[in-house]
Amino acid sequence: MTPKEKAKAYWKENIRYVLILLAIWFLVSYGAGILFKDTLNSIRVGGFKLGFWFAQQGSIYVFVILIFVYVRLMNKLDKKYGYDE
Amino acid sequence: MMSKTLLIEAVSVQNWTYILVGVTFAIYIGIAIWSRASSTKEFYVAGGGVSPWANGMATAADWMSAASFIGMAGIISFAGYDGAVYLMGWTGGYVLLALLLAPYLRKFGKFTVPDFIGDRYYSDTARIVAVICALLVSFTYVAGQMRGVGIVFSRFLEVDINTGVIIGMLIVLFYAVLGGMKGITYTQVAQYCVLIFAFMVPAIFISIQMTGNPVPQLGFGGELADGSGTYLLDKLDGLSTELGFAEYTEGSKSLIDVFAITLALMVGTAGLPHVIVRFFTVKRVKDARKSAGIALLLIAVLYTTAPAVAVFARTNMIETVSNQPYSDVPQWFKKWETTGLITFTDKNNDGLIQYVADEAQNELVVDRDIMVLANPEIANLPNWVIALVAAGGLAAALSTAAGLLLVISSSVSHDVIKKVYNPNISEKGELIAARISAVGAVCVAGYFGINPPDFVAAVVALAFGLAAASFFPAIVLGIFYKRMNKEGAVAGMVVGIGIMLYYIVKYKFGWLDDTLPDKNEWWFGISPEGFGAVAMVINFVVSITVMKFTKAPPEEVQEIVENIRIPNGAGEASNH
Repeated sequence: MTPKEKAKAYWKENIRYVLILLAIWFLVSYGAGILFKDTLNSIRVGGFKLGFWFAQQGSIYVFVILIFVYVRLMNKLDKKYGYDE
Repeated sequence: MMSKTLLIEAVSVQNWTYILVGVTFAIYIGIAIWSRASSTKEFYVAGGGVSPWANGMATAADWMSAASFIGMAGIISFAGYDGAVYLMGWTGGYVLLALLLAPYLRKFGKFTVPDFIGDRYYSDTARIVAVICALLVSFTYVAGQMRGVGIVFSRFLEVDINTGVIIGMLIVLFYAVLGGMKGITYTQVAQYCVLIFAFMVPAIFISIQMTGNPVPQLGFGGELADGSGTYLLDKLDGLSTELGFAEYTEGSKSLIDVFAITLALMVGTAGLPHVIVRFFTVKRVKDARKSAGIALLLIAVLYTTAPAVAVFARTNMIETVSNQPYSDVPQWFKKWETTGLITFTDKNNDGLIQYVADEAQNELVVDRDIMVLANPEIANLPNWVIALVAAGGLAAALSTAAGLLLVISSSVSHDVIKKVYNPNISEKGELIAARISAVGAVCVAGYFGINPPDFVAAVVALAFGLAAASFFPAIVLGIFYKRMNKEGAVAGMVVGIGIMLYYIVKYKFGWLDDTLPDKNEWWFGISPEGFGAVAMVINFVVSITVMKFTKAPPEEVQEIVENIRIPNGAGEASNH
């Protein structure tokens, strides 16, 4: 692979990761916490209605996990393409 | 002889406050002296060698302002479910920051956000537009912080609000001017520790009291500790509906508005210059990603506790005052009444406190800020915990104010003086200019703190809306769309900010009509707080449309874009 092709392939994989992770980001916050809140509220976990829990707790936990997953994926990707340092 | 616990009890709240505030201030000053800046690189980006953990802590303190510390739990406790817009909005933006902005801006390796906009869009017009946006956003935000410092001082140390603002100014002046970004970074690390400790201690105490669970995040979904077997949230829902309020877990904003506000706050967060510049201070691209994760983790500690505090405080307050004789109210009620933050008018002269949703019958007005400030007193916690809240509030306000002041001073000394007005200025000259602008910025911020413009309440909507409408689209397009050119970016930013300002002025301040227009007139039913989401979309559309009709950026700019997409070889942030 030429350096240019390598950079292109790396970028493509990066974009794929970003799109997948942002889809999850959208689903937990705008999906579970807002759009489908009322439906999820019929499910209860302890004292929490599930939609309410996603809006005020769950989505924040997922956000933190998403960034650390991204960090791991990208560190691996950097190694694969020899971009790590 | 007095036992040790009695001795601790005997120290008054005020003395504890003097001790804790004094000790924390001494620490900040000590750090400032230890971390003086000797070059522009140290002044702007702390030398570029900050570790991911230190940067994560500094970012968290930078981010969490007086509004997060004092205001947020109070807002949630009155808004119920609707408070989620702040919780998700002010955390979800970090995902955007980590995935879309931080790594690339670090690789780009300059000092400021206008640096990126000016170079990427090869234009001083773009640079100047970016500087104006940065100044507008930062000044609106910092006015609120200085006011916050004054308020905390006046409530806990019984000094005049203005004296409080001036003390706050002197402290910030000292370490921001002396240490620049380097001094700010390491004081922010200390401030994070102070503020998170101060927030968590009362929350844990109260969670144990009310639910028997020491983890507030679990406690507020648990059963009450009184053995009734009722869930806390069910109890609060019941109390709320009984008094005529909406069910706590349901909220009352429209779906589209909740959606828009959340989006505007998320995108605005990712576009705030004082947050973005923190990622210029780490060594490598991978450190930028990692420290975004650490920052959000540390922020999440407070942000997942705040909704629990909101529920505890609301339940506690309703139970303590609702339908109780005014003559029997506890000490804290009287104390906060004298500050005017609690007001009681016995409309039906029955001597009881009626706290209900119906305004004609409601007799009690409670300022939202009290929920955090008075919470330890309401729950009867020891004096040192009450004083700790004051130290925490000050740490939160000072750390954010310092971060904002740095953005303001570097915009003036670096983006305007060095890049546009006098490119031949020496390193030493630029450093002096940076320090003078920092002094100027502190004075202006202090002026706004002492004479708050009457739109301080609208600051949140304005600052986030402007950041969402200007920087976010320009930076994202600059990284992910190689063909984006200066014509598109400038047009997008100008139209985005223009329409955002118009909407705020019309629908928030009501300056364009005789009276403030009714909610029914909002575009798509979206409030001024949420309009940043619309303005951002408009920016994207305008940028891309204009770009299609104008010529592609020069070859070397396209090479810059290709280069920032590759993580290695970031080197050090440079002045050239």
